[in-house]
Amino acid sequence: MTEQLLGFVDQLTNKNSEWVTVVTEALGEITIFTPRESIYDICDFLKKELGFDMLADLCGVDRGPEEDPRFEVNYHVFGTKHHLRLRLKVLLSDDDPKVESVTTVWRTADWHERETYDLLGVIFENHPDLRRILLPSDFDGHALRKDYPLRGYEPYSMN
Amino acid sequence: MGLENTLFDSLPDVVTVKLDAVINWARKSSIWPATFGLACCAIEMMGTASSRQDISRFGAETFRASPRQADCMIVSGRVSRKMAPVLRRIYDQMPEPKWVISMGACATSGGVFDNYAIVQGVDKIVPVDIYIPGCPPRPEMLVHAITMLQDKIMKESVKDRHDTFEAESRESMVPGTLPVTEGTALELETEIEVAEGETSRPYTVPSRHERRRSS
Repeated sequence: MTEQLLGFVDQLTNKNSEWVTVVTEALGEITIFTPRESIYDICDFLKKELGFDMLADLCGVDRGPEEDPRFEVNYHVFGTKHHLRLRLKVLLSDDDPKVESVTTVWRTADWHERETYDLLGVIFENHPDLRRILLPSDFDGHALRKDYPLRGYEPYSMN
Repeated sequence: MGLENTLFDSLPDVVTVKLDAVINWARKSSIWPATFGLACCAIEMMGTASSRQDISRFGAETFRASPRQADCMIVSGRVSRKMAPVLRRIYDQMPEPKWVISMGACATSGGVFDNYAIVQGVDKIVPVDIYIPGCPPRPEMLVHAITMLQDKIMKESVKDRHDTFEAESRESMVPGTLPVTEGTALELETEIEVAEGETSRPYTVPSRHERRRSS
């Protein structure tokens, strides 16, 4: 199973050597770190050529304000034909947390990206409708950032 | 045959009582709660309505799915900040007379959820008549709260109640919603772009809440 996945990784590197920066393997799962400029192309290739036709999850991570790069965006892709899973990671810095949207590759990414934007403040460029989805539309800040105060900011807070 | 024969023999045909007493007695004997469950307390509320505790003994078993037919709102669970305008709206839709029972620690004070997402006590949104502690309260406690509410109703006067939708006669926050701040910079940008027709948002129907904010 892992061999087949590593074969996919080889195909990715053969296609464009800049797409894959680091490959890690743990517990039979493959994680690919990819530069943020190529995320759209790599996702397009994964879907159209390698059969990863389902985006199982898209989520953001805040590794803490002292970390650089601070944010991660994780893409968990799954192929319904070959039943294999692959994880893509994009690292983003605090001052420019922008990444290309993959909504045109997988439609399901729409709400996942809205959630990531809502809770972490990662901006997805070319997203059709980047609004808040979970928090109230008048919310101040991004609640899942590590430096967000638990009780919220003062003017909004009703405590 | 029994008591009532002797009773009616000795009573006159017309009975005079205080209007308050009659109306309050009628009101307290059929409190219709709104079906409004928010969290785990709602499970206890359902348990209270079922056969073991059976709040129909106190005339409060008719849970109405429409707030327009309900007298009493049992806030059963934590109220999230996003739910708060909805809750207030449901309260506003209920006709007078209406009462609110705050059920459980979360509805009463925010409980363990002392954070940005949960309203710290539902009394910041609607006026509350009875608070029930507990996490969650036992069904017996809810039954007790309903009997306490009945006692409270018996002490009221018809003159005191009029429609609070126009003028807030009881103590509460201003109707409407929560303190509203401006949206984030990106949201404002999007708003402007959409207004100028530069971008289109697929399947975007702004909610009434949002529309009110933008107007």
